[in-house]
Amino acid sequence: MADIRVMREDLRPPASPPRRHFISIKDVTREDIERLLATARTFERSLDREVKKLPTLKGRLVINMFFESSTRTSSSFELAAKRLSADTLSIKSSGSSVDKGESLKDTAITLGAYDPDVIVIRHPQIGAPQLVARVTEAHVVNAGDGKHQHPTQALLDLHTMREALGRLEALHVAIVGDVLHSRVARSLIQALGLMGARVTLVGPPALLPRGVEAMGCEATTDIAAIGAADVVYVLRMQRERMEEGANYVPSLREYTARWGVTPERLRPGQKVMHPGPMNRGVEIDPRVADHADALIETQVRAGLVTRMAVLYDLLTTGPVGVKTESVLEVA
Amino acid sequence: MLFGKDAPKENLLVRGTRVLDPVADLDATLDVRIDEGVIAALGTDLDPNSHRVVEGEGLLLAPAFVDPHVHLRTPGREDEESIASGTAAAAAGGYCAVLAMPNTDPVVDSAATLGSLVEAARIEAEVPVGFLAAITKGQSGGELTEMAELAAAGAVGFSDDGRPVAAPGLMRRALQYGAVTRRRLALHCEETTLSHGGQMHEGEVSAELGFTGYPSVAESLMVERDLALAAYERQPVHLLHLSAWESVQAVRRARAEGVAATAEVTPHHLCLTDEALRSLDPNLKMNPPVRSASDRTALIEGLKDGTITAIATDHAPHARYEKEVPFEAAPFGVTGLETAFSALYTHLVEPGLVPLETLLERMSAGPARIYGLDEPRIAVGSAANLVLLDLNASHRITEDLFRSRSVNSWLLGQTVKGRVRATIAAGRLAFAG
Repeated sequence: MADIRVMREDLRPPASPPRRHFISIKDVTREDIERLLATARTFERSLDREVKKLPTLKGRLVINMFFESSTRTSSSFELAAKRLSADTLSIKSSGSSVDKGESLKDTAITLGAYDPDVIVIRHPQIGAPQLVARVTEAHVVNAGDGKHQHPTQALLDLHTMREALGRLEALHVAIVGDVLHSRVARSLIQALGLMGARVTLVGPPALLPRGVEAMGCEATTDIAAIGAADVVYVLRMQRERMEEGANYVPSLREYTARWGVTPERLRPGQKVMHPGPMNRGVEIDPRVADHADALIETQVRAGLVTRMAVLYDLLTTGPVGVKTESVLEVA
Repeated sequence: MLFGKDAPKENLLVRGTRVLDPVADLDATLDVRIDEGVIAALGTDLDPNSHRVVEGEGLLLAPAFVDPHVHLRTPGREDEESIASGTAAAAAGGYCAVLAMPNTDPVVDSAATLGSLVEAARIEAEVPVGFLAAITKGQSGGELTEMAELAAAGAVGFSDDGRPVAAPGLMRRALQYGAVTRRRLALHCEETTLSHGGQMHEGEVSAELGFTGYPSVAESLMVERDLALAAYERQPVHLLHLSAWESVQAVRRARAEGVAATAEVTPHHLCLTDEALRSLDPNLKMNPPVRSASDRTALIEGLKDGTITAIATDHAPHARYEKEVPFEAAPFGVTGLETAFSALYTHLVEPGLVPLETLLERMSAGPARIYGLDEPRIAVGSAANLVLLDLNASHRITEDLFRSRSVNSWLLGQTVKGRVRATIAAGRLAFAG
């Protein structure tokens, strides 16, 4: 038998950095967000070039698990990984073994067997990303879990606001609509809070969760409150989450009359955002959606670069400063 | 009303231990001799008389615990728990008796089903078990079970636990007819149109996490209704697993007005608040949910002032694969038999929130009294129902500690103080560890 030699501590290869996830805005700091936004900005410049692909994540595997329908989020994650030269695999619940009743745990373990570097997961149930993080070795990115969190959406919204208005500190954002069912709202309230912005929630009483003020925002049922905001963030009236007979509002017609965002309720120059998909004529008037002050298309573009930034950040260590930026320029 | 293994009774001498029976006002260092399963002598320097000797120095001997609310999952989900495994878990937790809820598959709503459980308990129960039978057939809230026959067949009480008796008219009939059986109705108070879809306590934490809230008023409204009906019919009622301060207030008021209402509370409601749910651990999902700090304080106050006279684990085993899912997909319920004393000693007695004597009484004589069972006592002539506790031992809760077939405990990984060293149930050494 071969001799067992004791390796000296200082000869050991350095331990791999701790596995990081991006599951909730609650887990990150202002510094993290600043770093991610700076990286996103760098990538935005790279997208202006004719050849848009960067070799940064070549040889890495990003698996997208989407257990809920999605256009923007799934396409932008897939494109973000591809723009960074990572291999991608996309799994949807329909047409996969989930259809055959496989549990999330087993699906995650199965995909984990391919040693993915990142698993991006969208799931209708709160806590699904944590479960995937527990049973696989991958970095996990939450692309929306039930009504809980959608942290990359918050990040792209911050990016959009900063690019359009030049600041986040002391910015006043009114979030309008169905806050109760909105993971977008929850992540955004926390992210804006971290960056020193002021948040006012506006919506029908039953769609403003009881106790939500403890998240550090104001809440009112009066639509006139949007007048004071720099940004009016319109939430989708989530019809698919409206249970039969729940009576959150008497009717969509009444909702639109009371809380619909119309040109009459806005000041000139107020920016309008919407995470999509929009119900035109329900929560947002088509004239508002198509107006120059609407940043809705900008948000989609921001989704790509911020998701590139998240993938890049998780798979590299340390902050991305100016130096790294110049390296990327030549890459 | 309790059924267990017919096994040889013990001859034991517990020597030099602190003997504490809060009901008898007894707290002294003594020897306790048990002859043929009956406490035969209390004193100092007792002659072992060729009995097996248990050295009790540094330990505490108390009346063993009675759990008025467990789920043994039999019949139907024997993969999660059986009478043998559930009662072994009870013995490991210091219990000398447990009462099982009837929400099994099939529901215990006929004398035939009850009879098969009684027979099984006589063969395999490590500690005596009592069975509650359903109030309504299939627990569907439609028609009453044959309560008189069920009582004659050994039912210790009646409950539709897991769901409320939704219709007030039917609840009234149950109270009226229940009087014939001389058994208590144990009520799960939940207004399901208010709790519908609820995953956790409605409050600041649920608002932040995005869970559909299960508001306190969903419980307290039903508590008020059931107390009003009990007062009107002048019948006793027992209210299961209180969670909200409004409910404690309502019970306190009703008792002061002379309503024969009793109530229980679980270890998790006494130890935890909704803040714990931030971990999204499915082992913190239970019905009713743990609530805010002020609710927890009210439950502790209610326990101390006697508004709540029993601690019940609501031991609810679930298969591992059922809990290894996202929080929202997990079933409600946590186990508690093995860990109740350690959890409560650590979180209530050690920080000075509840005196040890009160805890011991509410885990033993308190619950026994509610269902008219013999109270475990430390007195010459009493059947030996004793628990030997080590208050100084710390230990980490790990899966290998569980005798239950399920491990869905909210305490996994935690270090607790106070450990059960031995349990004597109905004169038999049921656990020694």
